[in-house]
Amino acid sequence: MKAICFYFQIHQPFRLKTYRFFNIGNDHYYYDDFANDEIITRIAHRSYLPANQTLLEMINASNKQFKVAFSISGTALEQLEQYVPEFIESMKELVATGCVEFLSETYAHSLASLKETEEFIEQVKQHDEKIFQLFGQRPTVFRNTELIYSDDISAVVASMGFKAAITDGAKHILGWKSPNYVYSSAAAPQLKLLLKNSKMSDDISFRFSNPDWNDYPLTADKYIDWIANLPQEEQIVNLFMNYETLGELQPRESGIFEFMKALPRFAAERGIEFWTPSETVAKLKSVGELSVPYPMSWADEARDTSAWLGNDLQNEAFNKLYSVAERVNLCTDRRLKQDWMYLQASDHFYYMSTKHLNDGAVHSHYSPYESPFQAFMNYMNVLSDFIVRVEEQYPLSIENEELNSLLTTIRNQSKEIEQLNREISLLRTNIINSEDEDKAAESQKAAAKTTAAKKPAARKTPAKKTAAKE
Amino acid sequence: MFGWEFPPHILGGLGTASYGLTKGMWENGDMDITFVIPKPWGDEDRQFAHIIGANSTPVVWRDVNWDYVQNRIGNVMDPQMYYDLRDHIYADFNYMRTNDLGCIEFSGRYPDNLLEEINNYSIVAGVIARTVPCDVIHSHDWLTYPAGIHAKQVTGKPLVIHVHATDFDRSRGNVNPTVYGIERDGMNNADHIITVSELTRRTVIEKYGQDPAKVTTVHNAVEPLSEEIRNIKMQHGKDKVITFLGRITMQKGPEYFVEAASMVLHKTHNVRFVMAGSGDMMEKMIRLAADRDIADRFHFTGFLRGRQVYEMLAASDVYVMPSVSEPFGISPLEAMQMGCPSIISKQSGCAEILENVIKVDYWDIHAMADAMFALVNYPALHNHLRDKGLAEIDTIQWKKAGAKVINIYNQVINNRK
Repeated sequence: MKAICFYFQIHQPFRLKTYRFFNIGNDHYYYDDFANDEIITRIAHRSYLPANQTLLEMINASNKQFKVAFSISGTALEQLEQYVPEFIESMKELVATGCVEFLSETYAHSLASLKETEEFIEQVKQHDEKIFQLFGQRPTVFRNTELIYSDDISAVVASMGFKAAITDGAKHILGWKSPNYVYSSAAAPQLKLLLKNSKMSDDISFRFSNPDWNDYPLTADKYIDWIANLPQEEQIVNLFMNYETLGELQPRESGIFEFMKALPRFAAERGIEFWTPSETVAKLKSVGELSVPYPMSWADEARDTSAWLGNDLQNEAFNKLYSVAERVNLCTDRRLKQDWMYLQASDHFYYMSTKHLNDGAVHSHYSPYESPFQAFMNYMNVLSDFIVRVEEQYPLSIENEELNSLLTTIRNQSKEIEQLNREISLLRTNIINSEDEDKAAESQKAAAKTTAAKKPAARKTPAKKTAAKE
Repeated sequence: MFGWEFPPHILGGLGTASYGLTKGMWENGDMDITFVIPKPWGDEDRQFAHIIGANSTPVVWRDVNWDYVQNRIGNVMDPQMYYDLRDHIYADFNYMRTNDLGCIEFSGRYPDNLLEEINNYSIVAGVIARTVPCDVIHSHDWLTYPAGIHAKQVTGKPLVIHVHATDFDRSRGNVNPTVYGIERDGMNNADHIITVSELTRRTVIEKYGQDPAKVTTVHNAVEPLSEEIRNIKMQHGKDKVITFLGRITMQKGPEYFVEAASMVLHKTHNVRFVMAGSGDMMEKMIRLAADRDIADRFHFTGFLRGRQVYEMLAASDVYVMPSVSEPFGISPLEAMQMGCPSIISKQSGCAEILENVIKVDYWDIHAMADAMFALVNYPALHNHLRDKGLAEIDTIQWKKAGAKVINIYNQVINNRK
């Protein structure tokens, strides 16, 4: 028995507009609405929507044997809700088949897991809440931004109660081992690991329409044959890729949709099933532990985090951003929190990458900036303004600890005030009650003595004053 | 090779580039280069090229003895060379004004009678071409094109011309018809045209109607700095210094620098701006700075030479070259060598090869101001560009450019066969 586990990633950042230094302190809106709208609409129409349609057909045609998993970042969901609401509807339709699973990730597609554990946990919760609101599912398998993973991260993920995490089957971690098994984390053995089969995934996402490739053209039966011919013990093939692969990276004309549609039929012929990640971890046992002391990812040849934090520009921006993390968490301003989220997207750091050779070509392809330096300048201008706003709320001259104690005092005081208010209202009702009693008593008396009618009113005023003093 | 300038007595970038290229070609080995300049001073570096002065090449026979020649021009030329050249006078130039050695005087600068000097230079080239055997003739910039053509006619050897600038760059479009004529004539007669950037290559193809197959780009490079210059350390005060360095003329776009400076200064105060150099727009710039109310933080130094240039760069935090049209522009490379990050206009040729600089459109003063602000306020960017720039500049070598030129020589020689 063999199975294929498909997982697609959807992410779009909120791209920043050209933000000059003279805007710092004056303009607090940072986003290029036009570009964001244009890009997500274009990609949705070229890729997401037709791909959804294809998957739906595949599920129906295969009698729900075809299954698939998605991870959609919070920022992408927000943009889709705003600009392409029909996608959300189409997704709901797909979810209704019961063959779709959502994965957990950080809301902002951020790199918080490398720096701020608390922020990381907070974002994961926020993301899962969003998924639940929209699609009624609570994710049980975690996938980090760009499949970034390390032992430390796995411990945090396990502590949040996830059953499994997804990461890359990088050669420097696996060595001679095959990614086609389930592994578990060395730091948290209860957390299972699903590893991306890079070769098979990239065959679809990068090489599918490349005529220079030996195996061009790739057909569904050939592809399924490769999987069927894997050693008997290798039971699971994890195909992880960007959703844009279908229709954008591999355009419609390349026949990618037809290729996908043909997969379930050939798979059924060869007795290959489709499982979702949670099914996979439920059905298969871990064959061993993997230790990853340093963070790895699915990007570039080196499979490390250098695409985001590889040069001093990126590190400077990253550290500057998280230098205000504690402050922002103290804030309650909704817009500030929102900007905080958007500014953490890993993409901003990706644009600053200066890896020009080999890998660099891919980087520049996705960047809205002409050069990494422009990306840095623009981001730093925006960040400067953001920090000014944070400072306005809580001046930097006060130490974090001092600020904390001040805030506690304020909170305590507000609690006290609340309590006192409650007492007041309690007393008031008491007074009113007693007045009512008085009235009742008086009305009885009134029958006997009508001249004393004005007395209770005179007594009411001093009673109020004492209540206010308390 | 025919050139107009040669270090150390130079007036612009042409001399530096001619020198660098000649040396780079020599480093590739197996080259015998003769370099003709109008007026040698005697202190030129003769290690890798024979230098012949046009002003010490006889065009009229004079009977002078060895000692006299040795005494007169011994510092710039071997007397035997003088006699060799004298044997090859090809026409009667007695009507010309010549000196006691039968030579024509040259200023070696850009005088008002420049066209006359160019013509004289070409007459001299005829004598030299008959005397010195060669395989290829190489002319640097329009001043020497007529000489190159003349030499080609005399020797029948292929002519390569090197376009360091065109009149379109110098005049922002209002070309001088005479200059254009000389340039175009040179290009038409050349077997191959070398341009210093793709930008110039396009100009040559589009504006001078040249066959693209005949035009090749060989980007300029820089000489490594001497130990002494590299060790120049200047005191950095509290204020950051942003510098413009070059001729203050229309081509260099100084007004964009002033406008961007005014934007930066209205937002921050820890910055000073320096406009180093001189030129016909200097007064206008002084008035503009005063007009923008930034004169207290905007300084003019006047013309800088030699070591002063490097001292200025060492004292600067940012170097800006907002040229409207720059065929190549060697100065950002020099700034990089001094560890000073640069902002350059996309309209300059060096933008085609430099990675670790910030590129903006010359007219986009907002972007320029933004880059200035970022470089003085975000140390990470400054340090990154400084360190990576130093590493990058080490890879831009004249030797590589020289190899490309030699390649072109081989090509034109083979085409002749």
